[in-house]
Amino acid sequence: MMKSAPWVALVAMGFGGAAVAQDSKALNVEGTALVTEAAAPSHMENVDTIYSGWRFRSGETQALQTDDFDNPAMVFVDQGIDQFGKIDGTEGKACSSCHENIEDFAGLRPQLPRVQDGKLVSMENLVNTCRTERMGAEPWKWSGGQMTAVTALIGLQSRGMPIDVAIDGDAAPFWEKGKELYYTRVGQLDMSCSNCHEDNYGTMIRADHLSQGQINGFPTYRLKNAKLNSTHGRFKGCMKNIRATPFAEGGDEFKALELYLASRGQGLAVESPSVRN
Amino acid sequence: MKHAMGFAAIAVFGASMAFAEDVKPMAVSFADGSVEAALTSTAGDPANGRKVFANRKQGNCLACHMNADLPEESFHGEVGPPMDGVADRWTKAELRGIVTNSKMMFEGTIMPAFYVDSGYERPLDEFAGKSILTAQQVEDIVAYLITLKED
Ligand code: HEC
Ligand code: HEC
Ligand code: HEC
Repeated sequence: MMKSAPWVALVAMGFGGAAVAQDSKALNVEGTALVTEAAAPSHMENVDTIYSGWRFRSGETQALQTDDFDNPAMVFVDQGIDQFGKIDGTEGKACSSCHENIEDFAGLRPQLPRVQDGKLVSMENLVNTCRTERMGAEPWKWSGGQMTAVTALIGLQSRGMPIDVAIDGDAAPFWEKGKELYYTRVGQLDMSCSNCHEDNYGTMIRADHLSQGQINGFPTYRLKNAKLNSTHGRFKGCMKNIRATPFAEGGDEFKALELYLASRGQGLAVESPSVRN
Repeated sequence: MKHAMGFAAIAVFGASMAFAEDVKPMAVSFADGSVEAALTSTAGDPANGRKVFANRKQGNCLACHMNADLPEESFHGEVGPPMDGVADRWTKAELRGIVTNSKMMFEGTIMPAFYVDSGYERPLDEFAGKSILTAQQVEDIVAYLITLKED
């Protein structure tokens, strides 16, 4: 009934090797070494080693991330600093009115998303909660320029720290949901995230070198659109590419997927803000 | 109910006007992953098949398959096997089956089914209820693939 070409067996064997197709360069940012490769967490059944998306990019793209002067995302981090100090809303406050030292956010990025009062929250939720409940200001758009500038600034405070999200206890149901979404085929092309990012990372799909779809570098500056991109914005793009109706940015599905993907990157260094193509 | 019936009738009528003799996506008959009968009454055009193979909005087969016959295209994917000599490995009926719905030949494959119009979840509205390729484009690609011989 099912018949496979002799080629399939050959390649299936080859794929184990294809996983080393990414180069083995070390990422040094401003002189500090960042972990871009780690043993896969035990919950991952089909992958032995996890790699940052940085490892799959071309030499020129990689180089942009090694020096903050060259990193095009840093312009947006500067904008984030401005936003952070800007008074907005009915309370007449800026972020900096209450968060005096931005460095105090060190350690936050590796633990997000996390469960708080029974809800899964991403960094964007934390920022908007402060805006709406503590500043009397309008929430920022999930993937808008103000939000990504500030999430890049906050993420940067944890650069180099290993991703370490909680997936047990009250996080477990969210994590399970994210895992299910990761393996569910969608769209006219009928593919799951795993079809590309787990089964075929390390190979070329037309002009793109497929990575494991890690999120340790978000928000990410993409050469393609010359701006910072949110995690959910990237998920949306991948879904549209397979002709699937994306879930809503900031919605339950993408937050669950974000938690699951973060957990597939446990141990990789936070690279925010990273550079990708 | 009356409205719904009327709508269905129009939809069927519309489709049958456009492609009177084409085999409908869900009516294609498979045997061991192969499709013996042509999907259309017009013989496949290999020159157009070659274009559909490379076109990003149509087959985009090149996204996953290298093909030495398309040296003018700069990016060849490597998710699936190279197409060189594919006609030495598969018969025309097998190739038609693979392009129509590769899942009938390769269980769990990443390769999309190019001539099905249902069975997939959450399609973007503009693609809902449609197949990626038309019956004629499938025939054109098959006519093209059958020219890729090495021996
Ligand atoms: C009126 C004071 C106030 C303002 C203004 C304010 N925040 Fe907060 N923010 C808080 C408090 C209080 C908390 C909760 C602290 C805690 O739970 O430890 C908090 C928590 C946070 C957290 C989560 C920190 C963590 O470790 O869990 C982030 C991120 C954050 N704020 C960002 C911002 C940003 C960005 C702005 C400006 C858009 C802002 N905040 C404005 C008071 C404020
Ligand atoms: C058809 C193949 C394909 C599918 C299916 C797919 N992606 Fe992607 N994805 C890509 C390509 C190509 C890129 C850009 C190159 C790379 O990093 O792999 C990418 C990039 C990404 C990135 C950015 C990685 C980084 O280092 O910045 C993330 C995150 C991602 N995908 C998540 C997902 C999620 C979540 C899904 C499922 C909803 C998904 N992708 C489905 C092809 C795919
Ligand atoms: C997303 C990637 C992808 C796309 C797009 C794709 N294929 Fe495939 N194709 C594969 C994979 C992977 C296989 C190997 C079978 C398996 O999955 O086990 C395959 C197998 C084949 C085979 C059998 C090859 C052999 O030598 O055994 C043919 C023929 C084929 N594809 C033709 C096409 C054509 C024609 C198109 C475009 C209409 C296309 N493919 C688009 C991934 C793809």
